[in-house]
Amino acid sequence: MLLAIVLAPLAAAIVTGLFGRWIGRTGAHTLTILGVATSFVLSARVLWDSLHGAPVFDGAVYTWLVSDGVRMEVGFLVDRLSALMMVVVTFVSLMVHVYTIGYMRDDPGYTRFFSYISLFTFAMLMLVMSNNFLQLFFGWEGVGLVSYLLIGFWYTRPSAIFASLKAFVVNRVGDFGFLLGIAGIVYLTGSLHYADVFGKAEGIAATTFELIPGSPWPAATVICICLFVGAMGKSAQVPLHVWLPDSMEGPTPISALIHAATMVTAGIFMVARMSPLFEQSETALSFMLVIGATTALFMGFLGIVNNDIKRVIAYSTLSQLGYMTVALGASAYAGAIFHLMTHAFFKALLFLAAGSVIMAMHHEQDMRNMGGLKKYMPITYWTALIGSLALIGFPGFAGFFSKDALIEAVHESSVAGARYAYFCVMAGVFVTAFYSFRLMFMTFHGQERMDDHTKQHLHESPWVVTLPLVLLAIPSVAIGWPDIGPLLFGGYFQGAITVAPGHDVLGRLGEEFHGPAQFVLHGLTGPAVWLAAAGVLAAWYLYLKRPELATKLRERAGGLYTLLANKYYFDAFNEKVIAAGARGLGNALWRGGDVAVIDGAAVNGSARLVGWLAGVARQLQSGYLYHYAFATIIGLSALLAWLLW
Amino acid sequence: MIPLENVLLLSGILFSLSVAGIFINRKNVLLLLMCIELMLLAVNFNFIAFSQYLGDLSGQVFVFFILTVAAAESAIGLAILVVLFRERRSINVEDLDAMKG
Repeated sequence: MLLAIVLAPLAAAIVTGLFGRWIGRTGAHTLTILGVATSFVLSARVLWDSLHGAPVFDGAVYTWLVSDGVRMEVGFLVDRLSALMMVVVTFVSLMVHVYTIGYMRDDPGYTRFFSYISLFTFAMLMLVMSNNFLQLFFGWEGVGLVSYLLIGFWYTRPSAIFASLKAFVVNRVGDFGFLLGIAGIVYLTGSLHYADVFGKAEGIAATTFELIPGSPWPAATVICICLFVGAMGKSAQVPLHVWLPDSMEGPTPISALIHAATMVTAGIFMVARMSPLFEQSETALSFMLVIGATTALFMGFLGIVNNDIKRVIAYSTLSQLGYMTVALGASAYAGAIFHLMTHAFFKALLFLAAGSVIMAMHHEQDMRNMGGLKKYMPITYWTALIGSLALIGFPGFAGFFSKDALIEAVHESSVAGARYAYFCVMAGVFVTAFYSFRLMFMTFHGQERMDDHTKQHLHESPWVVTLPLVLLAIPSVAIGWPDIGPLLFGGYFQGAITVAPGHDVLGRLGEEFHGPAQFVLHGLTGPAVWLAAAGVLAAWYLYLKRPELATKLRERAGGLYTLLANKYYFDAFNEKVIAAGARGLGNALWRGGDVAVIDGAAVNGSARLVGWLAGVARQLQSGYLYHYAFATIIGLSALLAWLLW
Repeated sequence: MIPLENVLLLSGILFSLSVAGIFINRKNVLLLLMCIELMLLAVNFNFIAFSQYLGDLSGQVFVFFILTVAAAESAIGLAILVVLFRERRSINVEDLDAMKG
């Protein structure tokens, strides 16, 4: 059954990818949707079983090779953590498949697109269900590959090519760290299998590496930070976040599926999965806390100044991923996974709603040209509103439970950097509310700023688009109520996630937890909700009540605005320093190393030497028989002389 | 009974003469062929002398082989010489430097 979950999307992807021409458009979407639906139903069944006490499945299906005692195999580990992830991934994927029928209707690459997203589902499932590091890495690279293919889906646009390449290269930086981490683990434990490695976690903590001679580092810290660098690449944490906003060049459905709901959360999932290792290193936890907090707040600021509807949501994704990382840093792994789940629903919802708007606007993404769409697209409006409310943590919505629990967890945490993180996530709440509702107001309310031609064609999207919106809106509202208790405080992740007693912030919170309703009431007395409300109010005042004030404010804060509009100059730095430096280095090596040394000295040089030697040797060939005979006799005499004496 | 040394000395002198003939002769390919024959005869002398000395007849049997091969070789050599002369109108050794590098 587990194999069927993984293989159904793969089979669908292969058939649509290779035979798309023959099975046609209807065939392509029917087949892939069938594949993903199979996975979803079976995943739901797995989750149901594991909720009702099915034992953890941990076994290999196929041994690829055994090398020096290290077994490399394809295997599955299905506990409650992976079961939950499987359901989230397949559900969102299914919704996106259905939505794509509407969104990509007129696109010539229709079947190719379906093939890619099915392939993505396969890779993501391999990643979450893996029971060893090798398969984890396979899934990790698989989703990276599909992400690259999909960002560059419209391969005739130069910007899309640039963005896909950027995503790929930035991810390589992260993957390098990830690979080093895995190598460190194999070096220390001699095993790729999770269970073996986690069993030796204490041993890893006791050893040290001397990276720089004379200053030993705890092995656990080195490995965890390396692994986390991988997570930083995939989950787009500062400073490896630069690829995510650009990835919005891809079609909207994949922005929803890959760059919001599932793939970017792979890093979060990975760290949660590695919790036994991360618990051994307080330094790594602090590192995550600080990186996550920085991402959460400062990427939120960027959302405020952007005018592209998808990029605003992309920055919001970055910021929310920062929240999850903060939760990981505070050892609230369950909180991070909980936020990951709720975020998957409401962020996919927001992206799909944005896609619906973009369709109606004839692929116009600039919010300055929108406004007043509420009356034209009621379903999109209401579902987007639900998504935004969930995102800002409106009491009772899914995002409220996860985010509030997360903030409280950070408050409880005593890891170094926790105070900074607490400040950042608190301020982040205000910022999130501000940009979310700036987006809502600029898109759906206020004056209608689009041109007349577009205006005549404005209409609600077809049912294949609105149905996923509605289906995603339901968990965005309701998923928090039944889940917060068991997920965070009820020991749902017993056995899947390990938390050291000293770090157990959720346990401490759990002592004060008396049901979700009580949690909502408690949340109302905390500052987070009021900060969110203030954010909404500020957005309302600036963008609906007094729109001219926003412009004025922008002029007043000139320097700050420029800084934000240039995204803190990260891109400029990367292009000017890193990319240009790499090009310069490459150029120098090409001229100095390749042309001069290898071509000049080694290749052409040895050829010239042989030529010269041959030129000398041919002088010996006189062509006269008696010269040769004479040489023979001399040689014979020399040989004889040598033999006789 | 002629002592072994004398025979060996004779064959040594014959061999040296033929080698010298090959080196010194710069004019005529025909002379080269004759020198090669002489060289083989010198070797035959050696064979016969040792056969007599050791009382082993197989040495003399071998001489017949060598004579046969030498006859065949000089036949081929002369045939080549004829063709060479037709081609070049000369059998001068100095002119035969087609293999010069």
